[in-house]
Amino acid sequence: MFLADDFPIDFTLQPGVGAPVWRGNAPSGEDLKDFAAATHLAAGRLCAMWGSDERQRGGGYRLHCVFGLNRGHAWLSLDLSADDPVYPDLAGIFPAANRMQRATRDMVGIASDGGDQRPWLRHGAWPADWYPLRHDAVHEVGMGVGFPNLPSDYDFVQVGGEGAHEIPVGPIHAGIIEPGHFRFSVVGERVLRLEQRLGYQHKGVEKLFIGADIERGARLVGRISGDSTCAYAWAYADAVEAACGIEASSRALLLRALMLERERVANHLGDLGALGNDAAFAFGLTQFLRLKEDWLRLNAEVFGHRFMMDRIVPGGVAVNVEPAALAAIVEQCAVIGSEVKKLRTLYDEHAGLQDRFVTTGTIDAALARELSLTGIGARATGMILDGRAHRHDYTPPPPWAALGVRPVTDERGDVAARVAVRFGEISESLRLLREIAVGMPSGELRVAIAPRAGGSGLGVVEGWRGEVLVAVRFGDDGKLARVHPHDPSWQAWPALEHAVMKDIVPDFPLINKSFNLSYSGADL
Amino acid sequence: MIPLLKHIFRTGILTETVALAEGGPQREIDRLHDEILRILGRALTIREVDAGSCNGCELEIHALNNPYYNLEGRGIKFVASPRHADMLLVTGPVTKNMENALRIAYDCTPDPKLVVAVGDCGCDGGVFGENYASCGAIANVVGVDLRIPGCPPTPLALMQGILAAVSKRSP
Repeated sequence: MFLADDFPIDFTLQPGVGAPVWRGNAPSGEDLKDFAAATHLAAGRLCAMWGSDERQRGGGYRLHCVFGLNRGHAWLSLDLSADDPVYPDLAGIFPAANRMQRATRDMVGIASDGGDQRPWLRHGAWPADWYPLRHDAVHEVGMGVGFPNLPSDYDFVQVGGEGAHEIPVGPIHAGIIEPGHFRFSVVGERVLRLEQRLGYQHKGVEKLFIGADIERGARLVGRISGDSTCAYAWAYADAVEAACGIEASSRALLLRALMLERERVANHLGDLGALGNDAAFAFGLTQFLRLKEDWLRLNAEVFGHRFMMDRIVPGGVAVNVEPAALAAIVEQCAVIGSEVKKLRTLYDEHAGLQDRFVTTGTIDAALARELSLTGIGARATGMILDGRAHRHDYTPPPPWAALGVRPVTDERGDVAARVAVRFGEISESLRLLREIAVGMPSGELRVAIAPRAGGSGLGVVEGWRGEVLVAVRFGDDGKLARVHPHDPSWQAWPALEHAVMKDIVPDFPLINKSFNLSYSGADL
Repeated sequence: MIPLLKHIFRTGILTETVALAEGGPQREIDRLHDEILRILGRALTIREVDAGSCNGCELEIHALNNPYYNLEGRGIKFVASPRHADMLLVTGPVTKNMENALRIAYDCTPDPKLVVAVGDCGCDGGVFGENYASCGAIANVVGVDLRIPGCPPTPLALMQGILAAVSKRSP
């Protein structure tokens, strides 16, 4: 029904008001692989992959894949036997599968039948034959008890040849930034290859969801990646609401949109400043951080939290916004809009800045599609891919459909393009914020929500960085049995490896910042 | 260049005189600077280490250098190496995968050093606590002089905490 009628998979549309998600089961691993190949041919994407332990429910294990197609998302599951949980390697079709498959093996102990088998999230803090997300995986808590922490070696791909050498960076980086390891292979200053080793932020989040109630889950999901707390909270709320068969009011949906767009603007403001700074234009940092601080202070006034954590909850929102506050938001949009416009002219006309931005860190649309990239990075290659916006065959979920979101694109694919997309998205978000604030209907803020035993759902939200997904399944006891959050950084980190190739080492911070990816969001 | 300079002049100086202590005087921030100079005999240098945060705390630590708080203008500077640092400002929870790196950073910081644990997760493990992948509080891994709770702590709370940590060293 997505691709061809002869696929032996029946898809059903998930209920609710969230992004369109079709769900189905693949009869066999070959069918899954065929579906993946057909999706790839149709220029679709691999959005997320994870595993679950179904042995307590009388099964074995289960592999879950979410594919992005023009009309929406297809959530495909594949049952695996308890004795031999192996599935076909999808990394040959979608390179983005590589790290997700390795993480799934580390976490659940189900493996692909080929390809890269190096551990990803497991650095040696727990044994290779112990899988945290299996229901019988118990561990002792406390320092000095439990597993010995034995940091293991990692088999980086080596680059040979005369003059080639390696620069190891991290896990602790030079700035105020999350930890991760970058291995550069260089000749002189030119980068031949970058290989990332992540997982340093892995703090066992997925395990913590198991057995938690809806409220506790909401607190956790808002702390997967602090800069995207609204996007995660909304995706989780969508998933829980779909699983429990309830719908948030249109007022609640618009208040969520208000918060999500404020989150987008806050992050773009900060990053545009940091991008100026990384090109030795400290003026840019100071100016944009000033605007960001004004923005966050109004957040604190209106929502009671500078980053609006815990304000989007399953069932609706946990904060009311009075008309006076909406007026303050509209007023601030006008001020920030005019300031950003002036700064954009200064950025555009600054030769030194443009010299660093233009043709630096380039990826093209074909590569972006191959890597299943979403968000700013994808739109900066000209791809019209934004879950909030209409496109051929796709109608965005409320409240976006009625707002008529205009996706911002740029075809150059370089740092300059990602800067331009961010500038454009600030203007578009300011327009949306004004429209939302002016047209805010009355209605319930939060409807009561009760867990539905055995229910499951998937939420998809266009966060500031890209597409955030959260999958939820309740157990028979009404507690969360499995939650899988997926950050767009999974797909974007490999894109960064490509973007930096052939550029010089000193351009890396700039290229890195133009994406500004989440470590915590992907390390879980 | 002219438009740029015009923009700078039009923006003016935004740095606020922040009352760092409850009911404290407006000049509190200058007192902080004097205090740091008196105690350390020089400017304070900080190495920030993210040992497992959700990046929320980092957003607020970044904000310390915006023109409103202007931490660097007050002689408090973030440095790239722990070897150049007087203080480690650590966010958590400490993941098992970062435990070793944090210990190394701590050992590289010259004595006498101050360690400040930032955020609810840094203070006591927060929502993540201790588990198979998390050591929880910073104090579980390295000695901590002061804790700044909050999720995340506001820039003001961070400034107050940094001063309190320095004052604790006060002879």
